[in-house]
Amino acid sequence: MQRRDFLKNASAAAVGASILPFLKSTPALAQSGDTIVVVTGTTINSLDLHRTGTNRPSYQVAVNCYDRLISFGVKTLPDGSLSYDYDTLVPELAERWEIAADGLSVTFYLKPDAAFWDGTPVTATDVKWSLDRAVSVGGFPTVQMRAGGMESPDQFEIIDDKTIRVHYLQPSKLLLPDLAVPVPFIINSKVALAHATDDDPWAMEYLHRNPAGSGAFKVERWQPSEQLVYIRNDDWQGGPLPAVRRVIIREIPSQSTRRALIERGSVQFSHDIPAKDAREMLANPRVKVIGNPIENCLHVLCPNLNFAPFQDKRVRQAVAYAIPYAEIYRNAAYERGAPMWGGEHLEPQSVVWPQPFPYTTDYDKARELLAQTDYKDGFEVPLSFDLGTAEWGEPTALLIQEGLARIGIRANIERIPGANWRTIALVEKNLPLHLENFGGWLNTPCYYFFWAYVSDRLFNSSNYSDPEMDQLVAETLHIPMDDPDYEPKLKRMIAKAFDEVPRIPLYQPNLEVAMIPQIEGYQFWFHRMPDVRTLKL
Amino acid sequence: MDTLAPRPNTLGRHFLYVLSSNPVTAIAFALFTLIVLTGIFGPLLVPYDPLATHSARALEPPSWDHWFGTDHLGRDVFSRVVVATRLDLLISVAAVSLSFVFGSLLGAMAGFFGGWTDRIIGRVLDTVMAFPLFVLAMGIVAAAGNTIENIIIATAIINLPFYARMVRAEVNIRRNAGFVQAARLSGNSDLRVLATQIFPNALPPIMVQLSLNMGWAILNAAGLSFIGLGVSPPTPEWGIMVAEGANFIVSGEWWLTLFPGMALMLAVFTFNLLGDGLRDLVDPQRRT
Amino acid sequence: MQLTQRLGAIGYRLLQAVPVVFGIIVITFMLTRALPGDPAVYFAGPAADERSIAEIRAQLGLDRPLPVQFWSYLSDLVRGDLGTSISTGQPVTHELMTRLPASLELTLVALLFSVLIAVPLGVLAATRPDTWIDHLCRFIVTAGVSLPTFFTGLLLVYVFYFLLGWAPPPMGRLDILYLSPERVTGFYLIDALIAGEYATWRSAAAHLVLPALTLGLFTLAPIARMTRAAMLQVLASDFIRTARSAGLNRRKILLSYAFRNALLPVITTLGMVFSFALGANVLVEKVFAWPGIGSYAVEALVVSDYAAVQGFVLAMALLFVTLNLVIDLTYTLIDPRVRLGD
Repeated sequence: MQRRDFLKNASAAAVGASILPFLKSTPALAQSGDTIVVVTGTTINSLDLHRTGTNRPSYQVAVNCYDRLISFGVKTLPDGSLSYDYDTLVPELAERWEIAADGLSVTFYLKPDAAFWDGTPVTATDVKWSLDRAVSVGGFPTVQMRAGGMESPDQFEIIDDKTIRVHYLQPSKLLLPDLAVPVPFIINSKVALAHATDDDPWAMEYLHRNPAGSGAFKVERWQPSEQLVYIRNDDWQGGPLPAVRRVIIREIPSQSTRRALIERGSVQFSHDIPAKDAREMLANPRVKVIGNPIENCLHVLCPNLNFAPFQDKRVRQAVAYAIPYAEIYRNAAYERGAPMWGGEHLEPQSVVWPQPFPYTTDYDKARELLAQTDYKDGFEVPLSFDLGTAEWGEPTALLIQEGLARIGIRANIERIPGANWRTIALVEKNLPLHLENFGGWLNTPCYYFFWAYVSDRLFNSSNYSDPEMDQLVAETLHIPMDDPDYEPKLKRMIAKAFDEVPRIPLYQPNLEVAMIPQIEGYQFWFHRMPDVRTLKL
Repeated sequence: MDTLAPRPNTLGRHFLYVLSSNPVTAIAFALFTLIVLTGIFGPLLVPYDPLATHSARALEPPSWDHWFGTDHLGRDVFSRVVVATRLDLLISVAAVSLSFVFGSLLGAMAGFFGGWTDRIIGRVLDTVMAFPLFVLAMGIVAAAGNTIENIIIATAIINLPFYARMVRAEVNIRRNAGFVQAARLSGNSDLRVLATQIFPNALPPIMVQLSLNMGWAILNAAGLSFIGLGVSPPTPEWGIMVAEGANFIVSGEWWLTLFPGMALMLAVFTFNLLGDGLRDLVDPQRRT
Repeated sequence: MQLTQRLGAIGYRLLQAVPVVFGIIVITFMLTRALPGDPAVYFAGPAADERSIAEIRAQLGLDRPLPVQFWSYLSDLVRGDLGTSISTGQPVTHELMTRLPASLELTLVALLFSVLIAVPLGVLAATRPDTWIDHLCRFIVTAGVSLPTFFTGLLLVYVFYFLLGWAPPPMGRLDILYLSPERVTGFYLIDALIAGEYATWRSAAAHLVLPALTLGLFTLAPIARMTRAAMLQVLASDFIRTARSAGLNRRKILLSYAFRNALLPVITTLGMVFSFALGANVLVEKVFAWPGIGSYAVEALVVSDYAAVQGFVLAMALLFVTLNLVIDLTYTLIDPRVRLGD
């Protein structure tokens, strides 16, 4: 009732303000530093990341409403913007942690004051229950846990009420960072178990609608495909208390409407805006635009090796030389993000990832390469992209179509609706030529290769299969990056990616956000969700 | 009753009369001719290749070089709008013809035979019409894949019941009319009577419906494009051009959506006015 | 007509709707199953593997044969359970309850606007056929129906919100800070009045203006056309001529005799326009972020959300069947000569 009254009063004040033509109620209220309105184009369909069918935009609830044992630190990038720091782990619910001398387990000591929203303390039992849930429920969370080497509840051992130990299956550099991604969030197991049933031991049905966590924000109101309202948890122990009391995530499907809203100042923050808007709004003094290259992510063209012509490496190389990279960078990426073509050396000079591939737009060279193959007269091939990524996919595909036409390859563009995309492109892997945009959460080059270059892996939609590559990835995936073996092996992997080009990088995309200039504290995160905990007005 | 079947010699005179008495219809016929000619000869006359990108000249406002400006890939909007005419006409003509042929067939059967045939066809048509039509079209295209053929078929299916009902009503009324009885008595078979005596009477109101539906078919295809279920790029089509251009309105590049939008509107407008004109032409009450 | 006879006729009319409803259920089911793409794969998320996809397929019951799936769908339906939408994670019945009023409110306000303009235009045109007034009316309404709704909507938003700032932001039914009024009908305009929250009412009304205008412009033409045609027909009929020759007042003839008799086809048209407008809603709702069923249906279709697509199409279809029934009943009130069940 009180909340209702509060909003009523607030709206009454806002009505007074709305008599003035350009002062709408929202900015009036937001200027008090109390509320931020964020617009996004996507729907939050669940408050529980572990649930079957939870979509990507919903992961932000795990970020903002739940805590993990640990999190990533923050660093300032050369352009002055803030980013999470993959190389620094910081406490969230755990106060400190120790890796055992044999490197086969890590022990976490929970913060003594850490408490859930209902006031009960966070205990090792809650942590174990939550981690057990993540490795047991199947689907995405279980896959993500496996990627960090966590596969079974046996790996999580309660030492005492405030201490929990995680056992490694093998020493791995990925386990700790994998505990800091949104997936292994800590749930109030007492509340959850009170709503669990025999059919639903993990309380999926309850937590789907009712988060039970310890995080910085609670969910005040959730209307799917309309809005989600966060209200601050004033007793948060996981980090510095957020500066803003309430954050409203409003879903606006029309991209041009979202732009109009932020440009007119009707909302304070617009998340994940198109590159074109980002570039153009830089000129608007009433909007602050921040763009960060998405780590470990590439927009690539994938020639599928199941398609006969692309089995020949020279055909793939010819394609790589027949792409108008600069035009794509200008007309699809609007010069945001990082170019990934025109590398100077055929052999990688470093293990920086991603790094530009040694291809440029060179139609003569492309024709020459194609002439050496059985396909010198060209061939016809469908060129597909996900309708959900049409914003960059469509101009990119059209420009590639033109480039390929110059060397006699006739590409027919096919747009594939989002629902079919995963099935056809990633699971069945039978799109002969397509655009793909995988980005790895864990920021190590070997992790990207693990998903995109290893035989049969989900994002290896080119059907690239090479025993040496599989072997190299298996050898590098878990060893520390300062291991003497790491660099030579990784260079070999990158050299193979350069030479055999089962994936042709176009550019590294940016994550772009726009906000009113008064907002401070925005941080880029690998999960590409709005982390509203650090925003200040 | 037989005044409903106009004879050709008076039709021509009447056509001229309607045109002279109704300037709007005259305009509509002129526009229609223009659109058809554009559809036929447009691709031969345009100044640029509608598919050729020119990334250095992207998003240029209308100028002497590019009358309607250029799009985000530097393609000439004028050329694309003109070339699109043929495809849009093709979609609407094909869809409307399909629904006309099959709708009339079903309607004539239902109206002529009555009884269970009528009931079954009636219920099937009711079922189709009970769907929100645009949603049904979306469903069909989503399920069958977004090719031009499927867009045509979906549009045809959702229009079909209108024709069927119209023909059924006309046929039903005349089934036992005097001139039909006479034709029967003089030894004509049922089918022959249906085809030669009854069905032609249903044609005039259908002509009106045809014209109105042409406009609607274009809008329908455009709507499908807007939600991403339409024609595939880079094929120029008005609906998809408006839909793509829509994202550029707020950033001030109005020409991307305005010109194809105007072309789309003009075509639909023409078909609608034409429908009205045809109605005047066939409406016995308006004849002198 | 006798009361029992009437009731019987109504019963027969209801009975007629049964095969239609069954047909709708079957078609919807087949259509959703024909949608390409595998919801299991879609919902398994970005990093799923074969194993997790199979797990999800079993969870969703998609590994069973089609007839079994259809049977379980039917038996759930009988119990009033439309299933859970996977894309919003809510029960479909709940979604319907919250979204249908939003769409209906928009459609009805649009129709009201449309009728208020189109009917007088139609009457005006019919009383002065073939004059410039007639042509102008025809021109206006035809222009309205010739505009793609998404185009009109975007244009209105650009001009009235972005450039002029007169309209509220196109962000749904209410300003961000208003809570929806206590739910009685689900129509904010009515609920806000019941709750006595006038500020909320004003906000709801302000948010309705542009989308209703967009949709209303689109529905002008059929209503105006039908009004004109019906009026022309009635005005040419014998009883009007008789009334005229009897020297009755022109205004009285027009309004009480002619217009009343022309109402019948106009109401039929209204029913069709309503269904048409509900369909056209899809595009308008997308432009204005309107939380109605149209925008929802699009989203559900794109992700092959079976339960949601089935539930919403079924609801729309039932609505339309009911509407037709109401129209048929209205007929008997306006024109006692019409018998139900013909």
